[in-house]
Formats: sequence, C-alpha cells, structure tokens
Amino acid sequence: MAPRTLFEKIWDAHVVAAPEGQSALLYIDLHLVHEVTSPQAFDGLRANGRRLRQPLRTVATVDHNIPTTPRGLPITDPIAARQIEALQKNCREFGVPLFDMDSAEQGIVHVIGPELGITLPGMTIVCGDSHTSTHGAFGSLAFGIGTSEVEHVLATQCLPQKKPKTMQVRVSGKLADGVTAKDLALGIIGQIGTDGATGYVIEYAGDAVRSLSMESRMTLCNMSIEAGARAGMIAPDDTTFAYSKGRRFAPKGQDWEDAVAHWRTLASDPGARFDKVVEIDAASLAPFVTWGTNPGMVVAVNARVPELTSFAQESDRRAAEQALAYMGLDPGTPMEAIAVDRVFIGSCTNSRIEDLRAAARVAKGQHVNAKVRAMVVPGSQAIKRVAEQEGLHRIFLDAGFEWRESGCSMCLGMNPDILQPGERCASTSNRNFEGRQGRGGRTHLVSPMMAAAAAITGHFTDIRNWKF
Amino acid sequence: MQPFRKHKGKVVPLDKVNVDTDQIIPKQFLKRIERSGFGEFLFHNWRFEHDGKKIEDFILHSPHHQNATILVAGRNFGCGSSREHAVWALTDYGFQVVIAPSFGDIFANNSLKNGLLTVQLGEEQIAEIMRRANEIPQYELSVDLEALRVEDAHGFSAAFAMDDFSRHCLLNGLDDIGLTLQHEREIASYEANHPVPAEMKAILAS
Repeated sequence: MAPRTLFEKIWDAHVVAAPEGQSALLYIDLHLVHEVTSPQAFDGLRANGRRLRQPLRTVATVDHNIPTTPRGLPITDPIAARQIEALQKNCREFGVPLFDMDSAEQGIVHVIGPELGITLPGMTIVCGDSHTSTHGAFGSLAFGIGTSEVEHVLATQCLPQKKPKTMQVRVSGKLADGVTAKDLALGIIGQIGTDGATGYVIEYAGDAVRSLSMESRMTLCNMSIEAGARAGMIAPDDTTFAYSKGRRFAPKGQDWEDAVAHWRTLASDPGARFDKVVEIDAASLAPFVTWGTNPGMVVAVNARVPELTSFAQESDRRAAEQALAYMGLDPGTPMEAIAVDRVFIGSCTNSRIEDLRAAARVAKGQHVNAKVRAMVVPGSQAIKRVAEQEGLHRIFLDAGFEWRESGCSMCLGMNPDILQPGERCASTSNRNFEGRQGRGGRTHLVSPMMAAAAAITGHFTDIRNWKF
Repeated sequence: MQPFRKHKGKVVPLDKVNVDTDQIIPKQFLKRIERSGFGEFLFHNWRFEHDGKKIEDFILHSPHHQNATILVAGRNFGCGSSREHAVWALTDYGFQVVIAPSFGDIFANNSLKNGLLTVQLGEEQIAEIMRRANEIPQYELSVDLEALRVEDAHGFSAAFAMDDFSRHCLLNGLDDIGLTLQHEREIASYEANHPVPAEMKAILAS
C-alpha cells in the first residue's frame, strides 16, 4: 500500500460507503453536544419522527452560556435558562449522557472530552462548535459542524464529507522560554493568514511539536480553525498515551495495550505526501499579541502596531485601517505601550491546568494593577479542583484575580461575563473578532503568561523579561 | 428544503474581507431555540447603534439596495464560529445567494443544508460586480445553478464551479439525512464491526 498520512489512515478506517458521484459517508465515533447549537437539531429529529441512532456515542454538557458565578445561584438570563432546560429535556428524551451544571465533571466540551478519556486517538469526533479541532491533539480527526449536521449525526451517526486536502505544518527547533503553544499558533496564523488552511486538514509535526505537552498540543490544534483549517492533528505518541491512560472512559487492561499498539500505527508513513507543506522555525517565534480584529493580525510583543503602508493588497490595507479604528490604536504604537482594562484567562484554548500553573507562576506574590479587572475561569470543574489542591486559586485571589466556575465565559460573552464598549482586554481565548467579548470590546489574544503579566503591569509586557 | 435552480435578484455589495459569523449574527442572539426569526439580527452590530438607532450609512440600509436577495462580499466570508444561525439570519432576511472569492468551510456546508447558494468567483470578477452594484441603480444579477453561470443585463457573465453532488442536492432540494439512511445496510454492518466501547456503556451510570 502507498504511504499514507495520519489523516488518510483515520479517514479510510471510517468510510462507511463511497457512493458513485457523492461525498463519502464517514462514520462518527463521538458526537459532543452543547446547549447552543443543538436545540434545533433535536427538534428536527422530533419533527421527522427520527430516533437518535447512538446515544452512547453522544455526550453532552453545558458550557457556552452558563454563568461562572457560584453554581447554587439561579441563571438570571431567562433565554439562556430556556436553552439549558431544552438541552436537559432533549438529553432525557433521547437518552444522551449529560454532564450538567451541577456535575463534578462539567466543563468546556473540548476540555472534558480529553480529561474524561472520552477523546482518544484514531477517532472521528464532531461537535457543533468550530473549536472541535482541539481533539485532534490526540491524533483523532475532529472538526466543527453546523446544526443541520448535528441533526444528521444524531440521526445517522454518519456525515457525508468531501475529502479535504492535507497540509503538514513542520515546526523545527525548540520554543524559547516564554514562547508557548499559543504563540506558535498565532505565529502560524500570522504567517499563512486566517484563510491559509481553508479546505485543508493540518498535521502538525517536527521537533517543536513532538516536545509539546498534551495541554499545549490541544492549544495548538484548537486554533487550527482560525487559519481556516477543517481540522488540526498531531500523531499520537508516548506523551499522548501517558495523558490518556487511566482516564475514566479510556480502555483498561489488555484493551488498553491493544489500543496503544493500534494507535502507534497511526502516524504518517515515511514518504506520505501532503498537498501542501509549511515550514516554521521555532526560533523565529516570540510571545505574540494581536493588534486587530482577526487572529492573523498579530505581531511580537516587542514590535509595534503595523503601518498601513506595510500591506501590499488594497483590501488588506482597508481591513487593517478598519480594524485599527475599531481597536482604537494608531499605527506605530509599541505594543508594550498599550494599556489594558480587563484580563481573561480561560476558554477552550487556554484554561487547562498547565495554563493556570503558567499564569500563577507569573502572578505569585504580585498584585493586579489597580486599573485592571482580571478573571481566571478554569476549563472544567476537574481542573478547578486540581488547581485548588495545588493552591493556585490562593495565588490568584491574593493577587486580586477573580476565581470563577468553569465555562466558556468571556471567550464569547454569551453569559454575563462581557466587556463594556471601548474596554480593552488581554485574553487567552481564540478570537479577537469585533464584539466577540462584548459589543465595542477590544480583544487582544495572548498566552496565559502574557495575560497574567499584563494584568499585573497594566499593559502588554514581554514575558521574556519577567523577573520570576 | 426548497430546490434552487435559478434566481434573479437585486445585489448588495458588502466590500469587506474576512466577514466572520460573529459579525453576521452576534452571540447575544444565539440563545433562541428555534430556526426562525434571526433575520432582524443579521449584521446587528453594523446595522444598529448601541441604543438601537439605525446606522444609516451601513450598506444594507442604503435605499439603492433595499430588498436585495444577493449578497456580494470579500474573501473568506463566513469564517470563524460554526453557528448555523448565521445562515438562518441571511435566509430569514431574504438572501438566497452569497457571492465571494472564498468562504469559511463550515459556513459553506451550513449554507448548502439550508438552500443558500454560495457562489465562488475570482477577486477581479467580484470587484467588477461591486463596482456595478455601486454605480447602476437597482442592479440585478441572475444566478443559474443548472448552467453554473452568473450574469447581469449589462454584459457581465461569469461561470462558477460547484461539485456535482452539492449541486444535485441543491437542484433537487434533497434532505441528505434521507440520502444517508438509504445506506442503512452499510451503516449497520460498520457498527457490527465497531461496537460502542465497553467504557462508554458505563457512562449512563455516572
């Protein structure tokens, strides 16, 4: 057989049917469900008298619009409450396991899948959320879908899919101190653009990727969609197996050994061909900060807001001009001179224990700037518990950070955690789109360490110069 | 789903690149549990001030472009969030076609499922359409999915491509869940060889 990529091996293993002249029908191993993109899909099943084909390949939680205030309090937004109730009712009616508001396992859907061992290598995983690409960190094919496709998977456990092209992003060398997976992701998007990988599945490879922890790999794969990619993947290895072993829903005993033996065969074969290859030198990366209104509008923290004359294409120049007007920034301003009002540490990109440890290391013994309001939102209840066992919450609280309950929170501001018009935020989330964190809010994407440093100094600060 | 064959309608040019789905339908309107009623919130933050006052100079409010059914935009339209609400907002507002140099992947899929035709044309062709839409009053385009062609009454004509299966589904308004279920035998046989993992059976006890 010709050498195949990781993606091709998983794809081939999941093709149920390949009817002449139609898209291939792909079997879906795991369907993650949340409150915002599912109610219309369950309604569709009911309207057409269809059953849910595989309730045990379907797992639900609430994350997008739940408050991050203490769990006993009522949800003050009646429309959000209605959406959560709809999910509870749908899960009861169709027999879907639900990690609800009061569950000890509740969390952001892309955080709890891996930490419960539900997400495993070699799987096909979908969710009505574009950041489903996160799960590709385990060497699974994971991608976001719309609500009609959610309904399709509920009804058939399959999806008709056009086969995407493949792109290898090879990162050579070693990330310098202070340069994280978030910076790697932002660096890649800055280089190839927000549509640089549209139509492709990315496989991240190279020494710098191999040496990343699972948390960091998830951060990297999470941002694949911000380059337009259908999915991002990393071949499973000992780091992956060490993370997943013993997790609640991971295979046990001989089943585990057999699974690992199979997973070891998934890596791209030597000589496998990619439709496109992008080379990145890790040494060229720095801690990055976005200056505009998409994740590709990004510079190193020690650089300046770009001059409009630096854009070759007229449409890009105009987009930059509009972005700077929205962001309230002038070309040529040093990034480190930009003051922030808010700091958000959280989201499916950067809310895992490693992220919180990194931010706590910066915050330890320091105090949040008097002009800044900063919050830390763990990705799941499990992460919150571990962080509290390690005393991280003490470090944050003593430094003046808010310590909240788990959820998507201010990444997309569907719950009460939002920016006010004109407020500027250093955020560890994934999108700096206009109004994303609240209408008129100005979002700058950064790593957890960079966010913590900005909270303390009150402006963007090069973490490479931090006195720990 | 309504079949899509041909459509002739007024054009509105939205001369922006990377229009993300957060702009098409801001998050505060994603809490509805129905598929309908999203049109009034389309491009909400570009159409209305914070106090609800209409932003008159936004292109959708231009008197020349009222009742438009064809939206023309810059590259990478519909990037970002997977929210199908973006498509529901566009169709509920009255759009039947979006023309752009490129589209966000998930947005294009979502459009297909809702009978909203996404047409990809070259950057220069888009620029030409935008110029005409700005200069010619009541500017209209005809979009023919059978012939895979976009034309106006002033000599503009361009072919576009679409994969055969997507085109077939749109032309016939096919419910693709129904199509998938025609493969019941293959799905059942795949499932027989790939049972639900034992650990997942324990999940309900959790």
